[in-house]
Amino acid sequence: MNRELAKLVKRTAGLHEDLALTSVHQWKEEHPGAKAIGHLPIYVPREIIHAAGMLPVGIMGGGEDLEIIRGDAFFQSYICHIPRSTIELALSGRLDCLDGMLFPSICDVIRNLSGMWKLLFPERYVRYVDVPQNFAPGVGGLFWRHELEELKRELEELAGQTIRDEALRASIEVYNENRRELAALYAARSKEPWLYPSYEMYPVVRAGNVLPPEEHTLLLRAYRELARQESERVEMDLSRVVVVGTFCEQPPIGLLKTLELAGCFIVDDDMLLGLRWLTEEVPVEGDPMQNLVDSYLEHSASTASRYEPEGDKGRSLVNSVRVNMAEGVILAAPSFCDPALLDQPMLAAALEREGIPYTQFKYSEDMGQFAVIREQTGTFADSIRLWNEKGV
Amino acid sequence: MADTKRPSGAAVQKDLSMDLQKKMIADHYLALQNSKAEGRKSVYTFVPGNLTELIRSFDLLPVLPEINALQSGMRGLSAGYIAEAEKAGHSEDVCTYVKCDLGMLKKGNISPTGTQLPDPDLLLLSYTGCFTFMKWFELLREEYGAPTSMLHVPYQSNGTIQEHQIEYVVDQLKTEVIPKLEKISGKKFDEGRLAEMLELSARAEDDLVWVLESAKNVPSPIDAYFGGVYYIGPMFTAFRGTPEAVDYYAALRREIEERLRRKQGPVTPEGEAKNERFRLVVEGPPNWTSFRAFWKMFYDEGAVVVASSYTKVGGLYDRGFRHDPSRPLQSLAEYCLGCYTNLGLPSRVDLLASYVREYNAHGFLINSVKSCNSFSAGQLLILRQIEERTGVPGGFIESDLVDPRYFSSANIKNRIESYLQMLEQKGRTEARA
Amino acid sequence: MKSWKIYVGIDLGSTTTKAVILDQNQRVLGKGITNSRSNYDVAAAIARSEAIVQARFSLLRSFVRDHETLVQVTDKVLPVLELSFRFQQYLEQLGRLQTELHRAASSSRYENRQSELERLVDLIVDEMAVRMKEAFVPGHERKSDFFRDLAGAEYMKLAEDHASKNGIGFEELCGLYDAAILPVENTAGKTGFIENIQSALASTVSRLAEDPSWTPRIETELRACVSEGAQAQLEEIATVGTGYGRARLPFPREQIRSEILCHGLGAHEMFPGTATVLDIGGQDTKAIQVDENGIVTSFQMNDRCAAGCGRYLGYIADEMNLGLHELGPLAQQARKKVKISSTCTVFAGAELRDRLSMGQRREDILAGLHRAIILRAMSLLARSGGVDDEFTFTGGVARNPAAVAAVERLIAENYGERTINISPDSIYTGALGAALFAKKGGRDAHEFKRN
Repeated sequence: MNRELAKLVKRTAGLHEDLALTSVHQWKEEHPGAKAIGHLPIYVPREIIHAAGMLPVGIMGGGEDLEIIRGDAFFQSYICHIPRSTIELALSGRLDCLDGMLFPSICDVIRNLSGMWKLLFPERYVRYVDVPQNFAPGVGGLFWRHELEELKRELEELAGQTIRDEALRASIEVYNENRRELAALYAARSKEPWLYPSYEMYPVVRAGNVLPPEEHTLLLRAYRELARQESERVEMDLSRVVVVGTFCEQPPIGLLKTLELAGCFIVDDDMLLGLRWLTEEVPVEGDPMQNLVDSYLEHSASTASRYEPEGDKGRSLVNSVRVNMAEGVILAAPSFCDPALLDQPMLAAALEREGIPYTQFKYSEDMGQFAVIREQTGTFADSIRLWNEKGV
Repeated sequence: MADTKRPSGAAVQKDLSMDLQKKMIADHYLALQNSKAEGRKSVYTFVPGNLTELIRSFDLLPVLPEINALQSGMRGLSAGYIAEAEKAGHSEDVCTYVKCDLGMLKKGNISPTGTQLPDPDLLLLSYTGCFTFMKWFELLREEYGAPTSMLHVPYQSNGTIQEHQIEYVVDQLKTEVIPKLEKISGKKFDEGRLAEMLELSARAEDDLVWVLESAKNVPSPIDAYFGGVYYIGPMFTAFRGTPEAVDYYAALRREIEERLRRKQGPVTPEGEAKNERFRLVVEGPPNWTSFRAFWKMFYDEGAVVVASSYTKVGGLYDRGFRHDPSRPLQSLAEYCLGCYTNLGLPSRVDLLASYVREYNAHGFLINSVKSCNSFSAGQLLILRQIEERTGVPGGFIESDLVDPRYFSSANIKNRIESYLQMLEQKGRTEARA
Repeated sequence: MKSWKIYVGIDLGSTTTKAVILDQNQRVLGKGITNSRSNYDVAAAIARSEAIVQARFSLLRSFVRDHETLVQVTDKVLPVLELSFRFQQYLEQLGRLQTELHRAASSSRYENRQSELERLVDLIVDEMAVRMKEAFVPGHERKSDFFRDLAGAEYMKLAEDHASKNGIGFEELCGLYDAAILPVENTAGKTGFIENIQSALASTVSRLAEDPSWTPRIETELRACVSEGAQAQLEEIATVGTGYGRARLPFPREQIRSEILCHGLGAHEMFPGTATVLDIGGQDTKAIQVDENGIVTSFQMNDRCAAGCGRYLGYIADEMNLGLHELGPLAQQARKKVKISSTCTVFAGAELRDRLSMGQRREDILAGLHRAIILRAMSLLARSGGVDDEFTFTGGVARNPAAVAAVERLIAENYGERTINISPDSIYTGALGAALFAKKGGRDAHEFKRN
């Protein structure tokens, strides 16, 4: 592997594994007095945080290497893993570098976790971000505007500075560019997936959780270029799949490796969805807050925790399959994840109507054994190949 | 109505409220069965954030799938329905109310009482206090192809109801819910009629609160959890705002007043519970598939529940809220926002801790239910918080709503007995000290 | 006639039933244990009888002090007496087994082969008696003290020999055993002290008569001691029973205490400084906090999923073809850290095979498994209120050195310095607590006198 690429890959892998958030500490040292605001999946308007001179930090659980000692004391066995690891991170002091925590509404577990945070850390800034499920501009839009204004005021207080419109516009542009780069990288992978193995690309994307967006954008661009030039990566003819259900508790790297070993290229997914939540550019001119509101209403990604008006269920997924020329879909879900698991039958029905094959399995962020999934996905990869070769 | 005189006046009165309720429910299911023939439309909705008065003001019939599910559980039907749903691809991990409902649908949508349920003319998705509600009605929408109205009730994360939250709900009522109700009913929104019904609601709410607070007496004349389920029935289901509900609560109140006068303990399936040894506050929904057996584990040991959070799931009235006919839509919004599962954890802890104090409880018990993340996620922290704040010992048991596979009788009995014996020993050592 | 007031506690566990007898000074007079069986009354009665046996033996030992000649040879004589006694118990049960084997053989399905089967059965039983006699001598290690285990192993082995020699099917002989052992297990029989001590005494005397240091004087004193032991009056003042998962314990309601409370009190009695108790049993785990009087202030039990309990280690041992007691020492030889995230017994075998095939060492995997089990226990402890000083660890898993090491490490890492107590008798914790409740009296125990 090209030395530059190796260095980059090593760095991003390191950032992914670094549960102590060293890079955030470093950033704070380089910007004395500046604050870092953590947030859970899926979406928060990072532009507003950024415009206040603060660093948004995505906290997506402890992954496979975090041993849970205290976190399990807070949750029964039939609740997913991510809240345990998140509490573990907090109670072990790893989140002390964060000056606040935002909990977007995504499900009841994360919702209640916000309340637990208030009880456990009463002196810290905590806010529940209640995204609207009504998308009429005069109704949901008004509500969302109010919520964002409140968020903005609280962040201003925390940051000790007013967020002026120009700053917000500038931040919007920064994140627009970041989203463009992400889209470009995803498109590149979709086009030539052998150049961008998912287990290698994932930490590069995930670095967006801890790096300032400007730096992340450069990183994305560099990776895309370097990987493309990697001569050792030969074209392979694996089955092309779209993976959904991974929008909150993240799959371990081992799972991503397993999928490729089993014969699948991931050509689209919803991992780290918050980084790519807004599917179109947010306008830079005009009222920036209103632009963020309108973008949320009109250009949000489709996912289980967002209400879908009549007839839309599964359309976005089918679209992704077509656009990315995928041959099948993997409906993944973390164990005990109500949103992902309850969505599956509806997505499956939509896929069946379109004649798109799919397979389902459950995972958890800390799983270390992939034998069953390897077997299942391998069979799936083979079968959709056969199915396709029949010329249907 | 019982018109025969029996030797004991009390026995006649006890039956009256139960008779009333039975009749209301039976009539309602019959009305539902005949609805299509009579040209009446039905609206499916949820208990938390239910807009019964609004629905009825259009002469529409409310249907509550949660109630159907719990009734199925109590009648031994839920295991079969859940198996049906899992066969159709639903995960073991997800809410058993949803699976029970879907299974019941697949088996012909026959109600737990054996009557035919109508298909929904509208799915009023009151998104209050529970994420799974959204998925539930999305799934039903796919099955029935019925129109859906999303009412997003924001979460009370701050411990207070904020103006813009009320506005948001009112706006949705005006622009989203009412137009759809008008469309399917063919009637125009009649605010006056709604106000009339809200006035009746408020009257019944006064009596309900009186009944719930009667448990502050020692001994308590009611069980506020198992018995409480019957008391909140009409208020939480399809009857709030009706004259029948007013009558029911008036009758119930008289009965409980009489029990108080006679210093009688709560009614249980096996007669009056005479020996109040332990006063408990309980958090979490009850188990439905072994409801009686579960209740028996309490009254056999002289344990009476004096306050519970479950009885607030369809509305919190004992902190002063009443439906207000002078501001109908705002009042409906406030009602929705105040339902128990829409409260932030800190508010829940505050409420439960004050119950422990106000109702003079010896202990605090959590029934943690596998299906319900809304209730269950965070209960272990709630347990510790209540122990710290009130000093009473906390107990913790685990079961489920309607999946009998998750009710282990021996396990639960062991935990309850151990907990109560622990309370007893604590009482002993404190007396000695 | 000497008389002792005693208090009895009986713990019906899922695998074993235990009994503890306390005297009026709250000292343990005797302990009894037997394998649990389907008839709970019988299991309780046998455990109790065993405890009485031990009580009488310990009284007997105290009487020896009054006999000047005997006291000098106690260490030689008493072990022989006790083992002879155990052998008499074995014979009693063997006799009943023989009866039941005959009864099973008389079933119509064996038709014409009945007499042949009965002949073989008698041969086998006779050999069992002869062979087992040598097992009940000082210095000889027995794999188990339960009749079911001892007899089962012996019978199977002998049945194999005799079956092949005689053309009668091994399966048929096994079938007879399976039918016969149940009634033997579920009837109380005569395995008590009084019933067997005289024959034990006779057998002891005849064995020791060969020894040059044996004198008639010793024999006289021994007989006197045994008499005193048999005639000592044990006045049972109160009994309390406990046990998990029994729909009906064989006691009147007033005599039952929750096993959590019994366990807490028992642990506190064994180690008076106890504040936190962890019990990892075969299929459940309990975390208990107790106050300075040993009364439970809070507890947590594992929920439906029994992952990480003792039985899990049993499955692993089976998978690896090892004895349960070998797992711990092997795990202690780990060199690398292996992280096991799931202790699900259903997948135990598959997970193990997978890891072995990936090249991980047995020792490293085992260490990871032990840590995973203890991690689950740690979260239960955290839920119950944490780990206070002193910490008492009970249950079968507490005998596993790797598990103990993991507990020590995790407690130190998360709670700091704690005194960690482990008793070799921890299996009796619940029964001890029950006996203590019996002694406390009040609503806890029912007064009655034993005839």
